[in-house]
Order: sequence, then structure tokens, then C-alpha cells
Amino acid sequence: MSITEDEARKVAHLARIAVADADLPALARELSGILHFMEQLNEVDVEGVEPMTGVTAMRLKRREDVVTSGGMADRILSNAPDAREGFFAVPKVVE
Amino acid sequence: MTDLNRLTIAGARDALAQREVTAAELTEACLAAISASGRLNAFVHETPDMARAMAAEADRRIAAGEALPMTGIPVGIKDVFCVKGVPSQAASRILSGFRPEYESTVTQNLWNAGAVMLGKLNQDEFAMGSTNETSCYGRAVNPWKGTDGTELTPGGSSGGSAAAVAADLCLGATGTDTGGSIRQPAAFTGTVGLRPTYGRVSRWGVIAYASSLDQAGPMTKSVRDAAIMLGAMASVDPQDSTSADIPVPDYEALLTGDIRGKKIGIPREYRVDGMPDEIDALWRKGAEMLRDAGAEIVDISLPHTKYALPAYYVIAPAEASSNLARYDGVRYGHRARLGQGDGITEMYEKTRAEGFGPEVRRRIIIGTYVLSAGFYDAYYNRARKVRSLIKGDFDAAFGAGVDAILAPTTPSAAFPLGAMDAADPVQMYLQDVFTVTLNLAGLPGIAVPVGQDGQGLPLGLQLIGRPFEEGDLLNQALVLERAAGFVAKPERWW
Repeated sequence: MSITEDEARKVAHLARIAVADADLPALARELSGILHFMEQLNEVDVEGVEPMTGVTAMRLKRREDVVTSGGMADRILSNAPDAREGFFAVPKVVE
Repeated sequence: MTDLNRLTIAGARDALAQREVTAAELTEACLAAISASGRLNAFVHETPDMARAMAAEADRRIAAGEALPMTGIPVGIKDVFCVKGVPSQAASRILSGFRPEYESTVTQNLWNAGAVMLGKLNQDEFAMGSTNETSCYGRAVNPWKGTDGTELTPGGSSGGSAAAVAADLCLGATGTDTGGSIRQPAAFTGTVGLRPTYGRVSRWGVIAYASSLDQAGPMTKSVRDAAIMLGAMASVDPQDSTSADIPVPDYEALLTGDIRGKKIGIPREYRVDGMPDEIDALWRKGAEMLRDAGAEIVDISLPHTKYALPAYYVIAPAEASSNLARYDGVRYGHRARLGQGDGITEMYEKTRAEGFGPEVRRRIIIGTYVLSAGFYDAYYNRARKVRSLIKGDFDAAFGAGVDAILAPTTPSAAFPLGAMDAADPVQMYLQDVFTVTLNLAGLPGIAVPVGQDGQGLPLGLQLIGRPFEEGDLLNQALVLERAAGFVAKPERWW
């Protein structure tokens, strides 16, 4: 299976990574190469095989449903590129 | 004592206990070695003030008779580990300026044991790469050189860790291994690298690449050091629900050197086309060493080996695309400068295009593709089914009584920096052919230097063990290490 430039543009947008139009042919080519490599998996008979979710057979641990942490807004905001009045600041989202 | 930075962890621990050296002296020796190692580009953020304060505290503990095996041992930390207040950016531009407000469990465990933090080590960006050339800090350089003086890759992704240990800039270092990122660089630098069983070491505070495959481990100068350091790193952790609630044994005490009666499997599928004769000969030699020590060598089959690489390169990018969605320019790190009229979508897209390097962008996009509607079953689910079959191969081998599996670590010795520049991505992925299988199965593996190639470059073998049997695995590795007697060190040129 090979990927067209248009598909490459769509998947880059889904991944929220800007790709210049001039770079789309190379991206499509690379992605096609990787997918071609992955297609070896089609040789394997996977009939009746369960897809693996985790390597260790273990029940997900549970804990009491209680607040264990919090009250540290300043520390959480300390690395933000733009924080104002206790909030992360972003460009306008809603018109 | 001179050249204190050249000591092993075990040697330094014993010297500290005998009061022959102080942690402060060990630390100064390493700091001096680091200052003179700029050309290796192994350390990317140095923390000398922290190191000196921690060494002073370690000396106090030792004087008070409260020392643990890692107390006073200077170590380097791969950049992917969050260390509170210290730049931690997984060698990515997108995390430039990020200083964590919290500490990873692994590093906290090391500090609790009294280890000394020397600084952060170079790596491939988000641990995606096999040459340490995708780093935002520039490439790290292998202390070993080719006969013609060519600069070589230290491997990746934990290339800075491997280079630092091989060049005696630190006594040990942390690494992470998602598809071979501890073992391959260890093999390229003549050092020991242990990837523990998935769940043995907490992933909390380790910047995620592929969560079902990532596992941190020690990179050291000897097998004994790996045993000591793993003991300090491993723990069950309420912050990582996949960490195993299994007691951490005294791994060093399990190093008996006696492997009589152990059954070591030689997987026939690892004898791949185009494997250099040197690697094949080394593999046979390694098997003989284990046989001479009383182990039984048996041929085994791991029939789905061939499909490990393509399965890995579906699953790892899929998980990466999901994990790396958090880098959006809002909460930390880089945010692109926006143009007139740019909204939040442009902010995301420009930030991520600028912040991620080409290999990371490629893996996120391919991961997004294999998870997208219409392809999820064809790629992602199929890869997860093949992963079940790969794990089944190992389960069958262990079920038949095999204690460990011996295989080459890499398809070649270290190669020149830049050699992969013109290669397509798939050629680079082939570097991982012998290492990824055990990540998919969640198994522990250890790379041990066993010989040298025609150019004098180190070559390694790896042992793959049963889940949570790192003690046995380390013991087998010790036998291999002793029999091989690998003592070569790179000549100092940096």
C-alpha cells in the first residue's frame, strides 16, 4: 500500500504537525516505505490470536478513590510558555 | 589513588568503605573528566553544585556508618529522566527550558541510596534512534575510534550514557530501552547494559516514548556493577501501576558464578542473512564459554522472530503518537511564534513542526496513521496479535526448560557517524533486529562485551532471561564476562 501526497497531508494534520506542501512528496515516499516494511505482518496467520494489551498478566491495580495530590497550581504553571492569572494562556479558541 | 573516575562501582564502594577515598574525591575526579570530555558531547547538562553537595552528604552517611551500596557513587542520568530543577528534555527542542517540578522514581531511588548526580546525558530525541544523531544537542561520539581515526556512533538511543561510561566520565549511568536502546549502545562501547523485565523498574517521571515497551536500566563497566545499580533503581511504585509488586532481591549476592546445569538456548532464527562472520564466530565462542562453565547448550526455535521488527515499528510509533500528543505548546517547553490570525490549531501545528526533529515527526505521523479509522485493524491490531505470538515463542522456550537465550546484540560493531544519513528510515530500523524481540515480550536482557572485531572495536553478546529472573541472568552474564576477559579500553583522544 502506498500513501498519496493528499493522504500524507491528512495524516500530518491529524497528528497536528505542519508540513509544507513542498515536503509532502518526500513524506509520502517515506511513509510508503515504512508501511511496505510493515506489510510483512500480513504473512502471519493471526486467526484466533488475541491482540496483546500488556506483557505481564496482571490485574490493573486499584486504589481508594480519594484526592492524593493538589493545591500546586503555581508549580504546574511554572513551565508554561504563557501563563496568566493562574491559567494557561492560549490563542482565542471560540470566536 | 589516581584516576578515581576509572573505578567500577564495586571498586569505589569498597574503597569508600575502607576509607581509602571519599565521595568528594570520586566526584571531583568525575567532574574533571567531564570538563575535559567536550568532544564526546556525552554530558549535555552538568550539575557540579548538586554533585558536590550530594557527595558531602554521602561522606557524612559513610562516616555515620549508614552507607548503602550506591552511597557516594557518582552517576550520569540520561536526559529522558525528570530530575527536579534540572533541564530534562529527552534531547528534544520541544522541551527546551523545561525544568521538572518533580523527580522520577528511578532517580529518587538512586538519590535515596546516596548516589551522586553528575548531570544529564545525551540521547536520541525521545529515545527514537540507534545512533544518538537525532538529539537536539547534536550527536554524541563514541570514545572508540575506527583504525583510520574515523569518529563512530556510540549507538542509541542511550548513546551519551554509553559514551560516558566507556570514557570513565562516571562510574555508572541510567539508560532506557524501548527497542534496544540500552543494549545496542553498550555493545558499541564495550560496556554492560541491562534492560530489566517490564515492570521491574518504575516508569514514573521517565519521559514516555512507548509505554508498553519502555523500561529503564543500568549501564555500567561490569556485570557486578549492573547488579548493584539495578538493586538501587528497582522498586514497586504506586505512581506506576505497571510496576511489579515483587520484592527486589540482593542481585549482587546472587552472583555465584555457578551456572552448572543451566540450559542456554541458541535461537536458530537469529542467524540472519548477511551476518558478519566475526559476529557469528563470537556467538559460537560465547556458547562454548557457557558450555565450559557447565551449562547445557540447546538449539531452540523462536519462529516469529522475523516479524518482531515490523510489529515493533507499528506498536512503538502508535504509542508514541499518543504519548507525544501532550507536547502542544501549552503546558511546557517550546511554543512557536504565531502569525497574524493564527488560532489554536496553527499553534499546535507550528509548535510541533518546529519542536520535533524529523525522526520523531515521522514516527508520530506513522503512528497516527496506523491508529486511524480504517487502518487500526489492518496494522495496529495485527501487530498486537503478532506480538502475542512472539511472546508465545519465548513462553514455549522457557516452558521447555530453557533458562536463558544467547544471541548477538547487534548486527555489526559501531559504525561511522553520518553513515546512516543517506539511508532510508527502514535501514536504520534494521539495527534493532536482535534487540526488539525481548521488548515485545517484556523480558530482561543484558549486553556483555565479549570480543573485538578486526579493527579492535568491541563486540557484544546478549543474554535474554526469564521474567523477573534478573538475578539468574546477571549470574550467567558474569560467567560470560569472566570467560571473555574483555579488558580493552579506548585510547584517550578527546
